[in-house]
Order: sequence, then C-alpha cells, then structure tokens
Amino acid sequence: MLELAQVQIRDRTDTCESSNGFCPDWIADNLDRYVDPFFQHAYLTVMAVAIGFVISFALAIVAYKRRWLINPVTQVTGILYTIPSVAAFFLLLPITGRGNTTALIALVSYVLLIIFRNILTGLDNVPNETKDAGRGMGLTDRQLLWRVEVPLALPEILAGLRIAATTTVGLATLAFFAGAGGLGEQIFADITFKSNVVVAGGLAVLLAAVLDVLILLVQRAITPWTRAATAR
Amino acid sequence: MTTTFAFLDQFGDAIDFIFNERESPAGGSQVGGLGELWDLMWPHLKLSGAAMGIAGLASVPLGLWLGHIGKGGFLAINVSNVGRAVPSLALIAFFVAYLGLGFLNLTVALVLLAIPPILTNTYTGTRQVDRETVDAARGMGMTGAQIVRRVELPLALPLIFGGIRVSAVNVVATATIAPLAGVTTLGDPIINVNTYGDEGRLAAAIVVALLAVLTEVTLGAVQRAVTPRGLKLTSAGKRRHTFPITRREATS
Repeated sequence: MLELAQVQIRDRTDTCESSNGFCPDWIADNLDRYVDPFFQHAYLTVMAVAIGFVISFALAIVAYKRRWLINPVTQVTGILYTIPSVAAFFLLLPITGRGNTTALIALVSYVLLIIFRNILTGLDNVPNETKDAGRGMGLTDRQLLWRVEVPLALPEILAGLRIAATTTVGLATLAFFAGAGGLGEQIFADITFKSNVVVAGGLAVLLAAVLDVLILLVQRAITPWTRAATAR
Repeated sequence: MTTTFAFLDQFGDAIDFIFNERESPAGGSQVGGLGELWDLMWPHLKLSGAAMGIAGLASVPLGLWLGHIGKGGFLAINVSNVGRAVPSLALIAFFVAYLGLGFLNLTVALVLLAIPPILTNTYTGTRQVDRETVDAARGMGMTGAQIVRRVELPLALPLIFGGIRVSAVNVVATATIAPLAGVTTLGDPIINVNTYGDEGRLAAAIVVALLAVLTEVTLGAVQRAVTPRGLKLTSAGKRRHTFPITRREATS
C-alpha cells in the first residue's frame, strides 16, 4: 500500500540540512544518489520519443497519401495528448502493472500527436515545384516520397522531436507514480529540502537541454541545405 | 477470467467509488461518493481558474503589445522553449522548498507554467496579421490602440485561444499534484492512497482525465466561436490540421 513513502535522505544534526537549506557540502557528498535516476530518466525519455516517432512516422506516411485519415488520427492522438500523464499512469496500472512498460505507454501516447502533426506539416510544406521536378526526373511515387519529400520535411520532423523530447523529460518526472523511478522520485523523496529539489530539478532541466541540443546537432548534420538558407 | 480481465473489476470498483461512500481503508472516516469528489473538484477548479485568469491577464496584453510594436519576439517565442524544459513537478517543488506550502504559492507556480504558451501564441498571432491589413486600418485613420483592439486582436484570437487551451489543459493536469504543495485537489486520492484506497486513486485518475478532456473540448468550442467569420472562410481551404504547437515551432 505504502508505495510512495517519503524517505529520509539527510542528516538532521547538520544545521544547514535540518533547516531545509541549500547545502553545497551535502550536494557534493550525495551527487551519486542522482546518477541512476538521471540515466533512468534519460532512458524513459529517449525510448518514449523513439517509439513515439516510429508509430507517428508510420501513421503520418499512411495519412499523407490517404488524407481522410488525418482527422480521425488527429482526434484519437489528441485525446491521448490531453489525458494528464498522472491520470494515464494510474489508468494503466491495473492493466500493465507497475514499471517501465506502464510509464512508456503513457509517455508514448502523449508524444504521438506532437510528432504526427510535425511530420505531416513538414511533408505538406514541400513545394509543389520540387515534387514536379522529381517527377520530371522520372521518380516513382515511392522514390519521390523517400528521396524528395521525407528529406525536405526533416527540419520540421526534427523540430517535432525536439518539442517531444523536452516535454517528455517534464512528464517523466511523474513516472515514479507508475513505479518507473526517474528524477521525479528524488524530488518527491524530500520536496521541502532545497538542496535536493535544486539538484534533481536542475538535472531534469539539464537533460532536456542536452537532448534538445543533440537533436539540433543531428538536424544540422543531416540537413546541410538549411544552414545555407539561414546564413543569407 | 480472474487473471486476464481482473482489471475490469478494479475499474468497476473505481466507478463505484465515484458514486458511493465507503469507509476509509485507514479507518475512521467515510470516503468516496459524488459529494466528496465535488469537494475535491471545487478547489481543483478554483486553483486552475485562478492561475489561468492571472496568466491570461498578464500574457495576452503583453503579447498583443509586443506583437503590435514588433519587438521582443525573441523573448516571446523562447519563453515557451524554456517553459517546456522546466518540469512542472520541479517547478512546484522549487516553490515548496523556497516559499513554502499553500494555495497562493502554488497559484504563482501554475501561473508561471501557464504564461509561456499564451504569450507565445498571442505574439505569433498578432505578428502574423497581414501587414497590408494593418496598413489599410491605419489608412482609414485608426489609432494604434484602435488597430490593436479592432484589427489585430480579432484576427489573432484563434491562435490566442489555441495557447489558452494548451495552458488550461496543462494547468488542470498539474493541479493534480497540488497536494504535494499542501493544497487539496482531485489529486488527493492519488497522493494519499492510504486514506482513499486503490479504488479511490483509480477513481480520481478517471475524473482527472475526464476533466482535462472536457476542458480541451470546451475551450475548443469557444475557440471556434470566437474565430471571426471571415477568417473561417479563408482558412477553410487551407490545411485544416494546423495546431498551436506545430505552428509555434514553424514560425520560430
């Protein structure tokens, strides 16, 4: 029953620590406490975005050719996006139990809409002239999609992944409700202790920033033409 | 039957919890029933409403003004990127650790959470009003204030409401963890599972999910209602699946 018991993580005899203070000494001594939760947090985020990307990409490619699918897919993923993740974790618990699976299902269902819309917007924004040029060169529909439309949609697709990644870092702080740990578990362990809150919260923000920059670097590397365009 | 579909029983118990009182697993008090859920939902709505009201009053005029003068775009757009990177739990924990528990502190935290999407969307919405339209308004002799109120605001309304929608759903969702900051909301059965039991926790999750979907649907209807008719006609032929999130990123 008592799954979310708050644990004692500090020394009550120390004046700084017992007054909930911001204690550099405590932080230096206890940094190792945050290493595993940090990597668990990173794992949840990366897995959720990766799985979400695969599903959304498939949905977007299908819906791109069959336009009537756009509305139903948007509505269904829209509802999944709207359901608060805390609620989603507990709605899934009776079915999938505590652990990474439950956390990942909830996180993936949240990012579907974000990535789906960005992929579709990216594909729709490919200029008709470019597609015509591709067809004029004798490309089949399939070749046109993979060699022209998808590559040109990459900046928007990766922009969607950046939003999805930073948002998922935030939501994954609540994954401990589903028994999947992460930095949120550390925050919750002692929410009134400034040192703890600053380190755990700071690491979450750092993780979001690192993932954001990583995806941006990937984008720069695989879409060299966008740099030429923005360097004008 | 008992293994594969056992979870259906749990959902049944949770629904039962919503409608009928029972004794708390911790003993001593009655929990559950529509009366108690309403007592939890009312502070939830009050907290969300207060945060949204303050955030709207702060960010819509600021976004309109920045959009009108065409300055501060970097700030207005990047506040969203920064806002997304700060987890709501971390923000609330920060407020609890530094300012303490309580309704007021939590409201301020939620306001900070709600401002970025509204500010960014208001700015973007105002900026993307056709410059020729603004010139025409000026040519008709409108003052700056008149242009903002009668041209830019109506044309930006759909996007402004898009931002309000994103914020409102986020605030309603985040208000669920308010008990961590000492404010009783629908999240109380989720955080204090010992008092309410597993069925109470699941019941609260169901109600919170419904409340968020209801918020989204209601504000979506308001958004459609406030969209000027002329704007609906011109946008009907264009892409219909645009969404504040992608549009915001596409313009930044």
